[in-house]
Amino acid sequence: MHMADALISPPVGAAMWAVSAATIAYSSAKIRKGLDDHVTPLMGVLGAFLFAAQMINFSIPATGSSGHLGGGLLLAILLGPHAAFLTLASVLVVQALFFADGGILALGCNIFNIGFIPAFIVYPLVYKQLIGTAQNSTRQKTAIILSAMIALQLGPLCVVLETCLSGISALPFSTFLLFMQPIHLAIGIVEGIITLAIVSFVRKARPEILLDALAARPVDPHPVKKLVLAFLAAAIITGGLVSWFASENPDGLEWAIAKVTGQEALQGATGIHTALATLQEKSALLPDYSIKAKTAAAPTDPYGRWGTTASGLLGVLLTLSGITLSGIALRKTAALSRKPLPSGEYGSGR
Amino acid sequence: MIDNSIMDFRQLDLLAGGDSVIHRLDPRTKVLVTLAFIIAVVSFDRYALGALLPFVLFPVATMAIANLPVGFFAAKVMLVSLVAVAIGIFNPLLDSQVLVRIGNVGISAGWVSFGSIILRSALTITAALLLTATTGFSAICQALGRLGMPEVFVRQLQFMYRYLFVLTEEAQRMARARELRSFGKGGQGIRALSSMVGHLLLRTWERAERIHIAMRCRGFNGRMAASCSTGFGLVDLLFLLGWITLFTLLRLYDLPRLIGDTIMTLTL
Repeated sequence: MHMADALISPPVGAAMWAVSAATIAYSSAKIRKGLDDHVTPLMGVLGAFLFAAQMINFSIPATGSSGHLGGGLLLAILLGPHAAFLTLASVLVVQALFFADGGILALGCNIFNIGFIPAFIVYPLVYKQLIGTAQNSTRQKTAIILSAMIALQLGPLCVVLETCLSGISALPFSTFLLFMQPIHLAIGIVEGIITLAIVSFVRKARPEILLDALAARPVDPHPVKKLVLAFLAAAIITGGLVSWFASENPDGLEWAIAKVTGQEALQGATGIHTALATLQEKSALLPDYSIKAKTAAAPTDPYGRWGTTASGLLGVLLTLSGITLSGIALRKTAALSRKPLPSGEYGSGR
Repeated sequence: MIDNSIMDFRQLDLLAGGDSVIHRLDPRTKVLVTLAFIIAVVSFDRYALGALLPFVLFPVATMAIANLPVGFFAAKVMLVSLVAVAIGIFNPLLDSQVLVRIGNVGISAGWVSFGSIILRSALTITAALLLTATTGFSAICQALGRLGMPEVFVRQLQFMYRYLFVLTEEAQRMARARELRSFGKGGQGIRALSSMVGHLLLRTWERAERIHIAMRCRGFNGRMAASCSTGFGLVDLLFLLGWITLFTLLRLYDLPRLIGDTIMTLTL
């Protein structure tokens, strides 16, 4: 499942962007050092393949619904973690830019949930450990299905964590978790079966592809360790960068609790808090539209019962009409200054 | 479904081939402004609704100046917003504290934050689509490369985009053939899908090998030549600074509220 921009906060988005960007840089460096130039067209075309394959739906037995391939684990098996990660990331970039699937700020989250987890967590730590050497054995089948299931449990877990840390959705952590994990258990089993079927098919038709895939990448003894260190560094740096940003925009939940319990004044004792509170007053919509209005605050409302909301609604209305008018005006002026295009020439050969 | 996505690609590509002040800007400028816009929008707290509305100006102005079809984007936004709506709809159920009163009708905090989620979703989705529709994918990739994205990844994005149409059309043909043979019922399950995707994978693999041989024949040595066509000019600088200043001001001051309050004080 793709995270959406609408549900994440800038600190979460920025932190995940930093992690994903660092992994892209790391993987790119690995690929560049690989000196194996047949990987370039292979990754590119396989990215397009994954995109196309995801569009072919299949019916899920006994439910009447339909699903599609995710493909993270499949690519990791075929290409190894670095190339698979870059390929998955590129698919997500296209989805974000052309279909607004996820969104630009949420791209970091999505690259992590859908690309990093299968390629750098499940593939080396689960798949590689379980797969063994015997071809087409029960052990290999179990390893593939289990890896797909684990990848599709960790991904949604991160979605839940990222959503709850952002604090835009009011869903409590446990409810959301109980909602996501069982569904994705089923999805994971189906994904595992499909991945297994495709891998078996490739093994029958062109066994050398899989042999290449296994032989070309001897297991690097320390990749995980290095990676963890890199992330720790990235996390610390972003943590530092993001914390001032985060403190400037107090968490929505905290703000709501403060409003509900009326404890702003209590916390406002220190200098930082007062500064924050004024900034918050400035930046937050409806700063005084709280429970106060319902109970004793009626006298403090200068415009009477309808007043506060009336002023808000009036402002909103005027803003929107202003924008609409300027839009129309801009379109008119742009149309005037535009040279008329001869017919048939419209935007074809770029 | 496949037809629709191919149509979307075509449509956005076609729009990116247009000509306007915005189309002519340096791709980097547009990438940075879009990013600033999205960050400003999502940085509001969860109950922000009115204060978010002035941000509608950015997509409206872009669409107006670049002469883009409003209906196309509206339809896309409706479709894609479903995810955010599916998660956001729980807010009214879980957060029933009354936050705003209009006369005697109280509106709960949950509905306000739900409205906020929908507005955020619409704004961020439109911004992303507008970037693509005014810039074009390969220009965005080049811009990202010049902003520091690793060359290998830029190459990957461009390569993939090049073959996206080829492979989606191939997948489309396969899916259509399957549909024609299955009469809506049997043969649409996992087994058929696996062998279809397997075949598609093998064809893709062989295609990649042919491409590689062709590239080697033409002297490919692991690097790709890139061309830089545009430069960062004064218009770009003004565009960038102008929007970022506006976003910052709108982030700090709640414009609709200021207008409303001013008018109320003047009339009372």
